[in-house]
Amino acid sequence: MSTNALPHTRTQSGSEDRILRYTLAERVVHWVAGLSYIYLLITGLAFWSPYLFWLADLVGGGPTARFGHPWMGLVWSVAIFWMYTAWREDMRTTPADRKWAKHVGDYIRNHDENLPPIGRFNIGQKQFFWLMLFGGIALLLSGVAMWLVNDIPWSWRWLRYTAVLVHAVAALLTIGGFIIHVYMGTAMVRGGFTSIIRGEVSVAWARMHHRLWYEHVKGASSREK
Amino acid sequence: MSQATLRVQKISGHAGPIPGEGMQREDQVCKLVDTTTCIGCKACEIACQEWNDLPFAQTTFDNTYQTMPTTQWNFWNLIKFNEQPKEDGTMMWLMRKDQCMHCADPGCLAACPSDGAIVQYTNGIVDFQQDRCIGCGYCITGCPFNIPKFNPTTKKVYKCTLCSDRVSQGLEPACIKACPTGCLHFGTKDDMKDLAEKRARQLREHYGFENAGVYDPPGVGGTGVIYVLHDATNPEAYGGLPANPSIPWAVRLWKTPLRWLGNLAMLGGLVGVTLHYLRFGPKTVHNGESEKRS
Repeated sequence: MSTNALPHTRTQSGSEDRILRYTLAERVVHWVAGLSYIYLLITGLAFWSPYLFWLADLVGGGPTARFGHPWMGLVWSVAIFWMYTAWREDMRTTPADRKWAKHVGDYIRNHDENLPPIGRFNIGQKQFFWLMLFGGIALLLSGVAMWLVNDIPWSWRWLRYTAVLVHAVAALLTIGGFIIHVYMGTAMVRGGFTSIIRGEVSVAWARMHHRLWYEHVKGASSREK
Repeated sequence: MSQATLRVQKISGHAGPIPGEGMQREDQVCKLVDTTTCIGCKACEIACQEWNDLPFAQTTFDNTYQTMPTTQWNFWNLIKFNEQPKEDGTMMWLMRKDQCMHCADPGCLAACPSDGAIVQYTNGIVDFQQDRCIGCGYCITGCPFNIPKFNPTTKKVYKCTLCSDRVSQGLEPACIKACPTGCLHFGTKDDMKDLAEKRARQLREHYGFENAGVYDPPGVGGTGVIYVLHDATNPEAYGGLPANPSIPWAVRLWKTPLRWLGNLAMLGGLVGVTLHYLRFGPKTVHNGESEKRS
């Protein structure tokens, strides 16, 4: 896959001013990861603080939450792994990203007209991807140790202690990324949420946020014709 | 505990001072295990199984007399057998009754996330309430003595209750009741400490155990089970009794500073994105150009 790869460009609506940003498979996996993460967040926070233990009641009570959390963690891990295999090329930092990153203050202040053009994902999205990937690996490994804590021999108890700390720190880091991701995807960057539901963005949206990707897609589709 | 409500406070028509008024009962209970008089008969193991109605537990033969390597979810009281070479080349058995130590500062309770799943009574007994247990196993990580064990069928964690049901009715724990040599004692913490210190002095002065002493580790605030050891300088020789146990620092870090740091960070994240929205609002697209906002 090249840097700005897109499997195909035909949209469901067939409309001229809409282009495909996420394939159905990408959308499905995104929502498997997103919904499983929300379950993991609710149950995990219930175990995190006594002031949040009531969250377990939302998903069937403490023992049910405890039973579901590790299995759902496996579901989330598989989704993250799928994303890695599908998107890892798209998620490498490019020279265009480095130029863009110097203007991140303009992006935060919505002065998008000052931003240099970039490809399919901006560097914030890429960093979020790598945060979730490496956070996910840490959560999976430490989580398995916490799941099987009763089978860890006493002489290996350092593993129990390491696991609870790694799991908490990695979870907090992913929660930080998750808060920003959900805020930007729903409230801040208008059009982002529909793109991960229906898969489409407007031409104007693509030109504004991911101009290099847009030009790549446009070139590919004109070659098809 | 039930008798606590029957302490006399006032008496009608009574001349003179009220008997027992203002007296402070010693609430802390304690088991004393004198390892020097244990003969390894395992009567306490059986009494524990019987009283607590625990199902048959699979035994493991490992070339000693020990029933199994560690306590199990359905085996709370285990005599640990260790052969120790003496200076004259002969061997001696070190036999120690292993069970929940009922720490004054319990690591299991500090680690537990479930409301009311672990309680510490005023008499010092640390008890698991399985109906509140969610089976996460954090107590297993928190315990410095390797005691709580997970039952994969019920998905709950179990351990010695110090027979809280018997003690609340003024009875001694089942293991104490069964001991034929009198190496097990039960009473108030003060009385047991006295008795233990007397026995340790006797061992030092009359039996040649110069390092005899009492095991009541201060790192966990003292315990509701104390030992008399022939050699208090080497508790590890008694089947891995930790020399200076305390709640693991990782568990302390996880449950206090890291938790509050994490809570502040999560709250800060929510406040941060809200303020960003109020200050800068959304990015919207108009005719291919961004709407300028400031």
